[in-house]
Amino acid sequence: MNFDLSDEQKMLAEQARGLLSERSPYDHLRALIDAGAEWDESLWRELGEMGFLGVAIPESFGGLGMSALDLGVIAQELGRCNAAVPYYSSIILCADAIRLAGSDIQKAEWLPKLASGEVVGTFAYAEGPGPSFATGVKLEGAKLNGSKTPVADAGIAQLAVVLVAGGGLALVDLNQSGVTRTKLESFDQLRAHYRIDFADAAAEMMPGKNVLATLLDRAAVQAAFEATGAAEACLTMARDYALDRQIFGRSLASFQAIKHKLAELAVEVELARSNAYFGAWAADESPDDLPASASAARLTALTAFENGARENLQVHGGIGYTQEANCHFYYRRERTLALGLGGRDYWTDRLINHQPGLQGQISSGKAA
Amino acid sequence: MDFNDTPEEAAFRTEVRAWLAANAPAHVIPQGVALDDTEEVQRGRAWQRAVYDGGYAGITFPKALGGRGGSVIEAVVFSEEEAQYHLPKGPYIGIGLGMAIAAIAKHGTEEQRQKFIEPTLKGELTWCQLFSEPSAGSDLANLRTKAVKEGDDWIVNGQKVWSSWAHRSDWGILIVRTDPSVPKHKGLTFFVVDMKSPGIEIRPIRQISGASDFNETFLTDVRIPDSNRIGDVGGGWGVCMTVLMGERLGSGSHKAQVSPLLDYAASTPGMNGGTALDSGSIRAALAQAMAEEQGAKYLEARLRTMVSRGENPGALAGMIKMSYASRLQKTSGLAMELRGLDAIAPSIDDTLTRSIQYDYIWSTVMRIAGGADEVLKNQIAERVLGMPGEIRMDKDVPFEALK
Ligand SMILES: Cc1cc2nc3c(=O)[nH]c(=O)nc-3n(C[C@H](O)[C@H](O)[C@H](O)COP(=O)(O)OP(=O)(O)OC[C@H]3O[C@@H](n4cnc5c(N)ncnc54)[C@H](O)[C@@H]3O)c2cc1C
Repeated sequence: MNFDLSDEQKMLAEQARGLLSERSPYDHLRALIDAGAEWDESLWRELGEMGFLGVAIPESFGGLGMSALDLGVIAQELGRCNAAVPYYSSIILCADAIRLAGSDIQKAEWLPKLASGEVVGTFAYAEGPGPSFATGVKLEGAKLNGSKTPVADAGIAQLAVVLVAGGGLALVDLNQSGVTRTKLESFDQLRAHYRIDFADAAAEMMPGKNVLATLLDRAAVQAAFEATGAAEACLTMARDYALDRQIFGRSLASFQAIKHKLAELAVEVELARSNAYFGAWAADESPDDLPASASAARLTALTAFENGARENLQVHGGIGYTQEANCHFYYRRERTLALGLGGRDYWTDRLINHQPGLQGQISSGKAA
Repeated sequence: MDFNDTPEEAAFRTEVRAWLAANAPAHVIPQGVALDDTEEVQRGRAWQRAVYDGGYAGITFPKALGGRGGSVIEAVVFSEEEAQYHLPKGPYIGIGLGMAIAAIAKHGTEEQRQKFIEPTLKGELTWCQLFSEPSAGSDLANLRTKAVKEGDDWIVNGQKVWSSWAHRSDWGILIVRTDPSVPKHKGLTFFVVDMKSPGIEIRPIRQISGASDFNETFLTDVRIPDSNRIGDVGGGWGVCMTVLMGERLGSGSHKAQVSPLLDYAASTPGMNGGTALDSGSIRAALAQAMAEEQGAKYLEARLRTMVSRGENPGALAGMIKMSYASRLQKTSGLAMELRGLDAIAPSIDDTLTRSIQYDYIWSTVMRIAGGADEVLKNQIAERVLGMPGEIRMDKDVPFEALK
C-alpha cells in the first residue's frame, strides 16, 4: 500500500496551481463578471495548449492517457480558484460520456477536439424542477424533440451529450437550426446556464448502454476533487483573514470559537480528500468499489465545501457580504456543485444500496 | 498511488490470516460476555504470549529486543487481520505495547530495554498509565505528584486518577514533579514503577457504564530506584510526548461501525410499514456517517504511508480519533432512536442493541481520553493551520509560584 500522490502528480498540481493563481486571480473573476463574460476563453485556450484538458483522454484520441487521479489533481486546483472555464461540462462530463459510450468514429471525431479545447462540450440531463434524470426528451429516428434545462455552459458549447428517454445518450451539434438556446440568469455568476429546446434536431445515438450511473460516479469523484480544492481555499482564506484581523486587542485567529470552527473544517477537508483519492483509484483500478467510493467522496466533499463556503463568509463578518471580498465566489459555486449530478438524495441511496450484503433487504431501494 | 497490497504485503497478509485462523479462535471472547477482570487479564496475557510465540509481537521492534524487525505496514496488516476476531486486548496489554515499551525503546537505557521490552511483548508484564491527576488532565503538566531524591532512590508522594486497569497491572508509567522551582513543563521526570511497591494504594472508581476498570491511585512514600527513571531528570515532558503520540495514532484504528447499523435499521420496523431504513432522514444520516467513516479510513491510510516513510503526521493523527469519537456517539445515538423505545429496554437476547447502548456510553470516553476534542482542535488549529497558540498565564512562571 502506498496511499499518496506520486512526485509527478505533486508537480502537476503545482504547475496547475501556479498557472491558475497567475491567470485567474479574484480581481480577474470580478472583471469577467462586470464584463458579462460567459467564460475565460483565453485561459481555456491556454489550458488546452498545456495539455491539461486531455489528461485522462486516451492517447489514441489526442489526449495524454493519464489516470483519473491525475485528472482529479487538476480539478482540485480549478476548484481552488473558481476558474471560469467549462472544464466540468466539457471534460469531466461530455468527454467522459463519449469515452464511455461513444462509437470509435464518434470518439475519433470529438475527443481530440475536446482534448485540445477547440470544441467545448456539455452534458444535458436536467429537465426543470425535481429529480435530475427525467427523460421527456425523445430521440426518434435521428430527430430529437423536447427541452433540457438548465444546461451549464451551453452558450459556448458546440456539442452536447443529451440524456434521452430510455436512459440512452445522444450526441447533438448545438450549432444547428433545430436547437434553440435561451440564456438563464445563473446563481453562479461564473458559470452560465441555458435552456435548450430541440425541435426535430439532428442527433446521433451513442452505442454504449447503461453507462449513466458509471458516468455520474466518475464525474462525482472529479467534482469531489473540485469541491475539496474549493473547501480548502475557503479554509485558507478564512484562516488568513482571521490572522490579519485585530479585534478586542488580539488577533481574531486567537479565539477558540474561530480556531475550533476551522479545525473542524480542516478535518472535513482531509476526509473528503482521502475519499476522493480512493474514488479516483477505484475509478481506474477497482470498478467494483467505484459506486460506494464515489458516493462517499461526493457526500464528504459536499459537506466540506458547504461548511467551508458558509463559515468563510461568517469569519469575514460584514466585509464577507461585499463584492469586494472573495467569499461570494465560493458561496455561489458551492450550491452549483451541490445540486448537480443528482444531489444528496441520489448519492445517499447509492452509498447505502452498494453496501455489501445489504441488497434485497431494503424494501424501497430507490436509485440506480 | 496504490491501495492494494504489494506482493510482499499480500504474502504477509496470507501468512497472518492462516496463522490467526489456526490460533485466534481459542482466545476469542464470545460477544456479549463480560469477563471477570482477573480472568480477562489472564486471557489477555495468554493471547499476547501466543502472538509472541507466533513471531508477530512488536512487529516494528528490532529483533534484538524480541520484536520482529518488520515495517509499519506489516504492523498495520497484522492489526487489521487481528481485528477480525474479538480478542482480549485491553489497556493492560495496549498501554504496555503502545506506550510503555515505546517510551523505553526511545528514551530508556540498554539495561531498561532488556528488562522490560521482551517480557512485555511476551505478555508477562501488564501496564497502566499513571499520568492524569485531579487537576491535571488536559493540562497534564499541571501535575502535583512529587518525587524527591534520597540516595539512589526517589520518594514519591501524590495522587493519580483515572488509571485504567491499575488494579491488574504489574507496572505503571508515571510522570511526577521533581523540581517545582522551574516552569511547569520543565520540572517533570518520567519513571516506571512496580505496582506492588509499598505505599501504592489503588481504589476503584465506579464508571457510568457500571464497571470499575479505572481507579484512583494514591502514592505515599513510594520508593522508586533511580534505575527506573526513563530519560533525564527534568526531561519527563519529552518522554510523555512520545507516549501520547503513540496513544493518538493507536486510537485511530477501528473497525467499521456504521455499516452494521444498516442491517440493524433494515431489521427494524419503519414508520409507514417497511423498515427504518426506508426513512429518508435515517438514510441520509447513516450515509453521511458512513461516508465520513470511509474518509477517516483512507486518511488513516495516508498517514500510515507517511509513517512508513519516516514522516511524522503530528496533529493530523488527532483528526482520526476526533472524527471517530463524535461519529460513534452520533450513530449509536441514532441507532437507538431508530429502534424506538425498545432500544432503552431491549429483550434479553438482543445482544446487538445492548452493544449499541454500550457504544453510546463508551463514545463519551473517546471524546475525552487520549486528548479531549477541544484540545485536539487547538492542536489542529495551531500546528496544521498555523493559528496563534492559546494565551498562557503560566508559561514562564515557576510551578511553585502558580496558584
Ligand atoms: C475511561 C477513561 C480512561 C482513562 N484512562 C486513563 C489512564 O489510564 N491513565 C491516565 O493517566 N489518564 C486516563 N484517563 C484520563 C484522561 O486522559 C483525561 O480524562 C483527559 O486527559 C481529560 O482530562 P480531565 O478529565 O481532567 O478533563 P479536563 O482537562 O478538566 O477537561 C474538561 C473539559 O474542558 C475542556 N478543555 C480542557 N482544556 C481546554 C482548553 N485549553 N480549551 C478549551 N477547552 C478545554 C476539555 O476538552 C473538556 O471538555 C482516562 C479517562 C477516561 C474517561
